[in-house]
Amino acid sequence: MSIPGNLRYTKSHEWVRLEDDGTATVGITQHAQELLGDMVFVQTPDVGRKLNQSEECAVVESVKAAADVYAPIAGEVTAINTDLESSPQKINEDAYAAWLFKLKPVNAADLNNLLDAAGYQKILESEED
Amino acid sequence: MKTTSLNQAHHDMKAKMVDFGGWEMPLHYGSQLDEHHKVRSDAGMFDVSHMLAVDIKGEAARFFLRRVLANNVDKLTQAGKALYSCMLNPRGGVIDDLIVYFLTESHFRMVVNAGTADKDIAWMLGQRDEIAPELEIIPRRDLAMIAVQGPNARTKVWQVIAGAQAATENLKLFQAITYDKYFIARTGYTGEDGFEIILPSNDAADFWHALHAAGVAPAGLGARDTLRLEAGMNLYGQDMDETTSPLEAGLAWTVDLKSDRDFIGKQALLEAPVTKQLIGLILLERGVLRSHQKVTMQYDNGEGEGEITSGGFSPTLNQSIALARLPLKITAGDEVHVLVRDKMLRAKVVKYPFVRNGKSLISF
Repeated sequence: MSIPGNLRYTKSHEWVRLEDDGTATVGITQHAQELLGDMVFVQTPDVGRKLNQSEECAVVESVKAAADVYAPIAGEVTAINTDLESSPQKINEDAYAAWLFKLKPVNAADLNNLLDAAGYQKILESEED
Repeated sequence: MKTTSLNQAHHDMKAKMVDFGGWEMPLHYGSQLDEHHKVRSDAGMFDVSHMLAVDIKGEAARFFLRRVLANNVDKLTQAGKALYSCMLNPRGGVIDDLIVYFLTESHFRMVVNAGTADKDIAWMLGQRDEIAPELEIIPRRDLAMIAVQGPNARTKVWQVIAGAQAATENLKLFQAITYDKYFIARTGYTGEDGFEIILPSNDAADFWHALHAAGVAPAGLGARDTLRLEAGMNLYGQDMDETTSPLEAGLAWTVDLKSDRDFIGKQALLEAPVTKQLIGLILLERGVLRSHQKVTMQYDNGEGEGEITSGGFSPTLNQSIALARLPLKITAGDEVHVLVRDKMLRAKVVKYPFVRNGKSLISF
């Protein structure tokens, strides 16, 4: 799967999409789900929680390991994807469709400091060495 | 890394390959959960060629095995019958767990674990030199092994190997027969019916592809582990090792302490008090139990502790399960706590196996 050009990325393999209404949708990348394998549990932050950038805020647990998810930008949690409670494997099926939570950013411009698709691609290539 | 004769087939089938004890083996072919369900409901196949078949040949075969195995090969009187046993060191610790087949009075076959094969051979050669110098101990690295498991496994094998049905449909559990170039054993590591088939390495790829064409799904190490855990089967190196007594690893049923046969490790077992047991846990909360997590429990007169030996997610139960080495006082139905990623989570003690014939045996 190629890396979607309309998203921003972190070194810790989260993706972010800025929506038309100004909220930011967050998930984990195809690379991350591939490394972890079949997902069995997802723990999302509570709606209303205020997060700092890089704060640990969610956990995705696969058959193989549990991985912490970090807030890519600062913001307040406005929604969580309740589908993932009963169907965590949706992350494996389509990592870019299976969002974890949405944020109201403190500052939408923070997204510009994140990696773009090309920058994330470089991270992946350097990891392969 | 070492490779089996099915390595190319795994790559062709898009397996995610991993280093397993120095062998490049398939972890899964897309989804280990799907592979697990396929074995429980239909048929799946595992490349287990990294394990080692060892032929024991000579007049002293039975004499030798009576000495080095904790289970009693004298139970094997019918041709092809197999026995699951531990091989112990003089301190009563487990060198390996294995299956031994009685073929003739002068020919037994053992199947040992991949990670311990070299150690097992070296140990057996040393014992052989001391007590049965004429005996041949022959590692069979010319052979491959494929485990076909599931309620439809045997039927699929019969579809692929012409004539095999007549030869094997009356095989009992834990019995094997040689048919054509196939050594077919009604054994497995999944808790399902099926065959483990030993055959020449050169023929393995064709056989694998023929099984695939007949509808058997390839299954990797990930599914192998979740299946055996549900079935309550020990994994060497996790549930026991050279420092563990079989009596504290849930394997007392495989140790013959009743007959007057002397075997290596017997004296040590008779002298050592048993203070722990291997028992099952089911997590009552969301999360996954994993090896080495600490278990704590309250009694009327104090606290106790133990450790998880094997943990994981049970796809059939849709909940996390584990095997744990706990104090003897604990019994099925008790609740304990497990430290899982900085949180104390509640778990219930249960007898294992957790799953039989594809169905849960546990209420929680």
